[in-house]
Formats: sequence, structure tokens, C-alpha cells
Amino acid sequence: MNTKTMSKLVSLVLIGLLIGCGGKDEKKKASFSYEKKATTTTQQAPPETKVPASKKVNLTDKGVGPITSVELNAEIDQAMVAHGQEIYNKMCTACHRPTKKFIGPAQAGVMERRTPEWVMNMILNPEGMLQNDPLAKELLAEFNGAPMANQNLTQEEARAVLEYFRTLK
Amino acid sequence: MKNTIKITLGFIAIALTFSSCNNSKSSESKGGLSSSAAEQVYVKPGDHDEFYAFLSGGFSGQLSVYGLPSGRLFKVIPVFSQDPEKAYGYNEETKPMLMTSYGEIPWGDAHHPDISQTNGVLDGRWIFINENNTPRIARIDLSNFETSEIIEIPNSAGNHSSSYVTDNTEYVIAGTRFGIPIPQRDISIKDYKGNFKGALSFIKVDKDSGQMDLSFQILMPGFDYDKAHPGRGKSDGWFFYTTYNTEEANSLLEVNASQNDKDFIAAVNWKKAEEYIKVGKFKTMPTKYAHNIYNDETHSATTTWGTSVKVLDPAECPGLVYFLPTPKSPHGCDVDPTGEYIVGSGKLAASLTVHSFTKMLDAIKNKKFAGEAYGIPILNFEDVLAGTVEQPGLGPLHTEFDGKGNAYTTFFISSEVVKWKLGTWEILDRQPAFYSPGHLMIPGGNSQKPFGKYLVSMNKITKDRYLPTGPEVCQSAQLFDISGDKMKLLLDFPTIGEPHYAAGIPADLVAPKSRKIFKLEENKHPYATTNDADTKVVRDGKNVHVYITTIRSHFNPDNIEGIKVGDKVFFHVTNMEQDYDVPHGMSMIGANTSEVLVMPGQTETFVWEPKQVGVWPFYCTDFCSALHQEMQGYVRVSPENSNIPLSWSLGEE
Repeated sequence: MNTKTMSKLVSLVLIGLLIGCGGKDEKKKASFSYEKKATTTTQQAPPETKVPASKKVNLTDKGVGPITSVELNAEIDQAMVAHGQEIYNKMCTACHRPTKKFIGPAQAGVMERRTPEWVMNMILNPEGMLQNDPLAKELLAEFNGAPMANQNLTQEEARAVLEYFRTLK
Repeated sequence: MKNTIKITLGFIAIALTFSSCNNSKSSESKGGLSSSAAEQVYVKPGDHDEFYAFLSGGFSGQLSVYGLPSGRLFKVIPVFSQDPEKAYGYNEETKPMLMTSYGEIPWGDAHHPDISQTNGVLDGRWIFINENNTPRIARIDLSNFETSEIIEIPNSAGNHSSSYVTDNTEYVIAGTRFGIPIPQRDISIKDYKGNFKGALSFIKVDKDSGQMDLSFQILMPGFDYDKAHPGRGKSDGWFFYTTYNTEEANSLLEVNASQNDKDFIAAVNWKKAEEYIKVGKFKTMPTKYAHNIYNDETHSATTTWGTSVKVLDPAECPGLVYFLPTPKSPHGCDVDPTGEYIVGSGKLAASLTVHSFTKMLDAIKNKKFAGEAYGIPILNFEDVLAGTVEQPGLGPLHTEFDGKGNAYTTFFISSEVVKWKLGTWEILDRQPAFYSPGHLMIPGGNSQKPFGKYLVSMNKITKDRYLPTGPEVCQSAQLFDISGDKMKLLLDFPTIGEPHYAAGIPADLVAPKSRKIFKLEENKHPYATTNDADTKVVRDGKNVHVYITTIRSHFNPDNIEGIKVGDKVFFHVTNMEQDYDVPHGMSMIGANTSEVLVMPGQTETFVWEPKQVGVWPFYCTDFCSALHQEMQGYVRVSPENSNIPLSWSLGEE
């Protein structure tokens, strides 16, 4: 236990003592700490930092599934984006947030890390991807074993979601 | 890995070769394993059965789904009884399914499942089943394998001669076993004779939606209408009902309803009935009955009330009903696939009686009547008789057909299934059943096109067939191979409740249409949350509505505060999954109800009335993923006078 944590603990106990009698909003004497995961605030990452799958860049892997090639127009199709965003909000937000890690990874910048085929295959064939695609397997481990759910999107819908992802930087 | 499997398989093959060599010396098998009963019923892991079999659950009120030939149980479909496993009759959405004119009834007695037909052939769209005690007919949708509709039958008691469908499912019928005063009134039971009546109900089935509508009733004399069968093919347009207690006894029926040498099969011309209805020859009787329909888009059932019914009096409608004398309290009433033969199984008779539809029409045309009962013409027994099966066994109950000119009848007292030939009436085979069979079923065996490969005998007594389980032992079914000249017993398997009848159908007529998910975008439940951003908790006085979602593996929200003692909390649980076989369950400590089990895309509601201050957990009841154990949440319950505002959250949001 480092001094920072220790001082936090002490102050929590003090706060607890101060408002403990108030009843309604009990702030319990902090927790214990036992090989807790390093958080981003306490920079305790091991020396040989491994790049997590969600940060890895792989622009050749097309993944496993029905999509073998996707043509992206230079110009983003805004109508398709709107459609894709609507689908994303309905079908994906139970586990994803566009710009931050939730149950699964954030989608912002995904088009700079993955091929469009990989993205669509992950949406359309998550079971196959989790079994056979090395990156998808790594992601499953990184996200606590929470599997990507198959939300039964059509190819057209997945393509629209992909167009929406192009706008997420 | 693959090589390992190959090597292992090789070893198994060698081992089998050796062991089967050893066996062949001691066993009676001559042609190797291919003809063994074991191999005939063995469906190897991962393979599918050839047939679905739907066995009524009798006094369990439910309908069970088995595979044939394996005898494996796939599902118990709740119909007339509550089922806490599936929340049927417990969640707010399905409570109306069990509504009747007597109020909400949590139990029923399920009897005779029958699959919808087109042109006299099974079409695999719906299955109908009757409830005997509180007269009702249910329709189960065979794409969902769930009960879609239940209609109550007024003017009826002991809804037993039910729920069979005509060649094109124009009607499903319901007949009355117990005569009653119609309309109900306060009279002496001793005044039964002449005053009590039995209603035969005709329920129209919409050819597209399957929705039922009580079309009309025929008010018959107060006999007991026991079993029924529609005409097929040439006799389409008629319905046949066995009767007993033509004595009209009101006490000690065991003796007093067995006095007449012959009772009747009532032949009802329902096309004639339609004509009488059309020309207005009916009376409209006020009544009250519940009609409960489940909607696949609102995921909710609603009850509407019927307030009247059209009734026909056969004495005033010539040509509507005729009586065919049939020996000794006939039970089973079965029409062969051609529609020519009507088999009446006189429970106490020494022989099986078979009537001829052609001869019946001749006798009617020539007005050869032997008398009349309450204005209904009685035909001469000899004029309508096609033949008798002599000394077939003791206590005949039910007959099914294989489509190859053979009939199969169960004998309760002599405990056997007997195969006999239509037309020559000769007995071809008999096999013991263990024990005392009631109904039997050949897939499609009551239609124009039976699939005559297997026969299931449903036995009333099990005794020593299985490991004992105290005084109550399971009911039992037995599977016979009927593809050869002789029947061959293949398998015993236990059943749910007491199976009265069953319906079977080739799997490929049903399986491809089986629903996998409900589409979220089609969810029109008034309390659905189809977008995860819309989860919320809303107070309306003492009622609090929690719009909560599930997906592998969390609830949104999973922390709720601001609930107070004395509140009535409605958890409206929407399963956001859109993948096959990913239901989520939810249960709350202290909720006086069952869990809910929510299919992908569905919304279900349960009510919790917290009685104690504290922080109370809820969790997912159906193992959904590797993180299922993490799928849990808390509700904080504060005192009634607390002013803690409602709040809800998931994670840090």
C-alpha cells in the first residue's frame, strides 16, 4: 500500500466518522486493497507494457465471416451515417459507448485500427470471430470474457453502422 | 486434435466389433445391431428426431413436447396452469390468459391436443387443446410453441368431447360431458331427465390468424357427450360424437348409466347448421365467457368478454342431427382416413362397432328411422352397421389409423394394442401394453394422411415399469414400430401428468418455422425499453415503474434508489438480445411471485411490493454467459416518509 492510498483511506475514515451518524448517506470506511488492477490514475503498469487489443492497429486482418471486401467512398454518406447511428443507438448501446470504454470497447477511431471488413464481420459473425480471429480472441480476454453479442443485423444495417463509425474520431 | 478423434473412433470401432461378437453368442439378435429396438430409438447426440409428439399433460394442465423415436422431452408448454419456470400466469402479461367467467383460475385439466389441418392433412400451424373442468379451448402457436389464445365455452361442463378440427380447420369443436341446466338455474338434481342439456359448440377458426370465435351451439339432450371426430374426405361436413348415459341418470352412473344395451353416436351435419344459422333459425342466449388473446407484438394478453351465443335446437332443425345406435357406453369415436368408417368403442361391449357413412346417408335418404329421442331421429343399428371386429379384447377405448387400411385400438382392461383391418374386420396382431392404455397416437393418425411409422400408447397405470418414487409414480408412454406386419415395442418413456391424447407431426413440417427471436423493433409493449438510453424509473403515486433492460451480462439500471416501503414496483424487463437462445431471467428478493424469463426482444413485467427498509439485491436467473454470476443489482428501499429522490444508474453513468 503506497502513501497515497493510505492517506485516501484515512480521509475516508474521517469523513465516515463525520457523517456516519447522519444515517441516510452512509459513506462506508473504504475497501481493502489486494493486488487490485492498476488503474489509469495510479501509473503502476508493468515495465514491459503490452499493447492491449483495443489499442492495437491491424489494417490487414479482414476477420472471419461473410464480408470479404468493402469499398469505402472517399466522401462519407451522411444519410447512411444517420441510419447507422440510429441502429447503433438501438442495438449496440446496451454494451458500447462511442467514445469511451463500457462493457465493450469504444468505437471512436476504430477505422484507424481495423479494416472495414473486420468491423463488419465482428458485427455480423461475433461467434465465429471469437473462435477464430486472433484479435477478437484477445479483445474477449481484455474485456473480462464478455462476449460480443450477435444482434442479428442485416449486412445493409452493419454497413450503415460502419459508415457511422467513420465519423467517430 | 482431429487425428486424436480418428484414433479414438478407431479404438471404439474395434472395441464394438469385439464386444458385438461376444454378444451374438448369448443374445437372440440375428441380424446384428440394425434391427435392435435400441438402435431404432437411438438418436445420436446432436441429431434431431424425426417427429414431434405433443402429449397432453392431463391434470397438470399443460402440453409436453417430445421427440420421436427418442422419447426425449423438449419442452412443457404451459396452457391451463400457472408455470413459475416461465412466469406463465405469474407475470402481468400472461395473467389474463387464465381469466374465466369464474375469475382467474390457476389450474386446468388438459385433454385432447389436435393439430390444424388443410385439406385433411396436418399443416403444423397451430395445436388446439381442451380443458375439461372449466370448459375452455386453447390454441398454441407452433412457431412460438406458446399458448396464443384461450376461449371459454359457456353452457358447458366437463368439456371432454373436444378439441378436434375439421378438414380445413374451419371449426374446432367442444362438446359437453356433464349434462347441466341450460341456462343454469336452481332446480332439484332429481329433475335431471328432460331438463338437463348438453351443448355442442362450434368455434370458427380464422384461416389466416387462427383466432377463434364461438360461432354457435347445438343444445342436445342431457346425455354425456364423450368423444368426437370430424368427418374426413367424403364425410367432411359432419361431426360424430359418442354418448353414454342415454339413461339420463343423475346418481351412481357406474350402474345407472350402463343399463341401455345401446347408446348413440350422434351424427351432426355442421354444414346444415351453418345454413340454419344463415337463415336465422337460432336463438340468441345471453351468457358470459372470457376470450383471452396473447399478442406477439405487445407481448401481452388481453381478456374480452363474450356476452351472448347463438343456439340451435335440433328438434326444430330437421336434418341437423341423427342418432346411430352403438352398443354399450361407447367411448372412442374415430373416423378412418377415407371418411367412410366411424368406429365406436363400446367400453362394455364384447365387440368393436364400425358404422358406414354411406349406409348412414342411405338410411337418412330413405327415412328409415327406428324412433326418435327429443325430436332427433334414431337410425336402425343394422342399417348403418359396416361391420364388427369380433372378440378384439376387453375395454376398447380409442382407435387410430396408419393410412394403409389398418386400424389400431387400445384395450384398457386386457391391456393391449390390437391391429385390425378395415373392411374385413380381421385381427392382424395384438401386443401387450404396460399397463392399461387409454389413448394412442399415430402422427396424423386421425387425419386423411397418417404417417404410419410409429404408434404411441399412453398408459394409465405404470406400476413396476420404473424405479419407484413413493406412492405416486410417473405416467407412461410406449413407442411401437408399426412399419411392419407386426407391431414392435421399442421404448418406454415417462410423461408429464396423465396424457389423455397426443398429436404427432413430422418435424420438417414444424421445425423450419420455429421462431428464434422476437424483433426489438416490433416490440410494442407499452412499457418496453427498446433503446438502452431510455431506461428509467418513473413514480406514479405509490406505483413505481422500472424500465430495465438486460444484455449479456448486466441490467440497466443496476442501482436504484428512492423506492419506499409501501410502494408497488413494476419491473418491466426488456431483453435487448437479438440472438437465438439468449433469454435472461430476473428475480427480486421478497417478490411474492415467480421469476420472469424473457426471450430476446421481449418485455415481461413482475411486481414487487417491498415491505422492509434496506438494500435488496436482484439477479439474472438464467445462465446467460461466463459473467452470468455478475449479472446482479441493488434496490435501496427507504422508509415511507423518506424524501430520497428516485435515481438509477449503471456503472459510472
